Amino acid sequence: MVAATEARTVAPSLAAGQGPSVAVSPARVLTDGLGAFFGQTPAVRGVSLKCYDRQVTAIIGPSGCGKSTLLRCLNRMHETVPGARVSGRVELLARDGAAQDIYARTVDPIAVRRHVGMVFQRPTPFPTMSIRDNVAAGLRVLGRSAPPRREVEEIVERALRRAALWDEVKDRLKGSATALSGGQQQRLCIARALATAPEVLLLDEPTASLDPISTQRVEELVYELRRDMTVVVVTHNMQQAARVSDRTAFMLAGELVEVSATGDLFTNPRDERTEAYITGRFG
Amino acid sequence: MTVPPPSAALHAPVPSPTRQPQRPSGRQRAFAERTVRKIRRRRAANVAMVGLTYLAAALATVPLVLILAHLLTKGASSVGLDFFTQMPKPVGDAGGGMANAIVGTLIVISIAAAFGLPVGIGAGLYLAERRGTPLATTVRFLSDVLNGLPSIVIGIFAWEFLVRPVRHFSALAGGIALGAMMIPLVTRATEEMVRTVPTSLREAALALGYPQWRTSLTVVLRTALPGIVTGALVALARVAGETAPLLFTAFGNQFWSTALDEPVAALPLQIFTYAISPYDEWHAQAWAGALVLLAIVLVISLVARFATRARYGGGGD
Repeated sequence: MVAATEARTVAPSLAAGQGPSVAVSPARVLTDGLGAFFGQTPAVRGVSLKCYDRQVTAIIGPSGCGKSTLLRCLNRMHETVPGARVSGRVELLARDGAAQDIYARTVDPIAVRRHVGMVFQRPTPFPTMSIRDNVAAGLRVLGRSAPPRREVEEIVERALRRAALWDEVKDRLKGSATALSGGQQQRLCIARALATAPEVLLLDEPTASLDPISTQRVEELVYELRRDMTVVVVTHNMQQAARVSDRTAFMLAGELVEVSATGDLFTNPRDERTEAYITGRFG
Repeated sequence: MTVPPPSAALHAPVPSPTRQPQRPSGRQRAFAERTVRKIRRRRAANVAMVGLTYLAAALATVPLVLILAHLLTKGASSVGLDFFTQMPKPVGDAGGGMANAIVGTLIVISIAAAFGLPVGIGAGLYLAERRGTPLATTVRFLSDVLNGLPSIVIGIFAWEFLVRPVRHFSALAGGIALGAMMIPLVTRATEEMVRTVPTSLREAALALGYPQWRTSLTVVLRTALPGIVTGALVALARVAGETAPLLFTAFGNQFWSTALDEPVAALPLQIFTYAISPYDEWHAQAWAGALVLLAIVLVISLVARFATRARYGGGGD
């Protein structure tokens, strides 16, 4: 019920982003027949999904439907789990406009992760680093292409401002990151992911462990981020998907059931399983 | 009306506002009494068991207290500034100190740390990060075996490979023998500490584009470091008092020597030599040396505790 009202309030603002503009907006991330396995067990099967540039794509579905696994395939984090395997293709459109299969033999997963940032369910600030060092952490491993020190300070400030955290931490940049509240820590993690200027930001249930006020701030942030990047957010909160996303994908038992404009999916689902899920008949 | 005590409530039926209170039947009474006896018995057993744990805890501290008290009464009188600054005096002369042995012990355990810590920490990090692999399982098992190896065996081994080829005893050989004893202790401590670092932290670093080796070193190891320092200090305190591995390696030295390739004095060796001597002056010195050795170990342990406290007190994570 709430989902429906939320969807209606969001729908008009989407009208401009949908329709013809979808056709011209390039798919920043494209999966083609993507499968993900833990050992022999498939967690994701045959998913073909397009995440468009400057849009927020939400992935919803009940627990265990493979939505987090799908997300982790997009920056090659899935394969860090022992015994995990991926089949199919994931294409990433680089800034210069060239599409690249990120699972191609010549592609270094570390390079992929520098272009596709990720924020996890629970805040993961590095406990031994200061707030400033946390934000700069991703810059430090860039090796020869790492920015000079003076620039790092600017990047840290910009990232913290974009994550709407600057005003709260600007006087204690050298302080411990673990002294921040949960919501602040999560925004710090978003700032850390933004510092390396990724083309794509993956959010894995970014507000699952946050209070309502922090949740709202993170959602506002996601809403802002779409202006210059591609965001993919996994959530099992349908209202959140309705609030923040342009397109929503519904997954069930490892398969992609339906993907369409968020307003459409919540008001006029094509698949009866989607309808059953969004009306709360299961999940 | 007064509220009846709980034990009385067991005997009396619950007063009901609508019914007249009844006297309990004989069966109800017997049941209630059985229950009360059962509860009393459980309470008594509980008190006895808790008492036994207190007794065990007290007994565990008794050896240390006795040793400390004995050392203080026998050795404290010989421990003065001279003991730390003077060399041993010849038999018959009173006074003198163990400056050479104290410095020798510090040299030997420094070498042990320089050799044992990098190997132990590296092995522990490997075991924690690659816990399932056959090599890790093998290394963990061998490390446990090494931990159980008698120290005299390590001493003989070090003599065979470090002393015999060069034909003279040395501080270096002693330090390496002690370092070998430290390795399994440090390995185990490091592995346990690295395992407490949550996977989410590793994933966060990997997702930022950290290579695996950098994740292990700058995030995982760095986060576990306070615990590893504690483990390392405990291991150091443990080997500081070892005598057997030094008998064939550092050997001991009655003279001042800080050269790494020459025999060097060490407190445990000096205590051993003095304690088995027939001279009363040397016996007193041996007690004093034991007291100083214990003090060194205590200080290292206290530093370890301090490091632990900093770990759990600070950070908030």
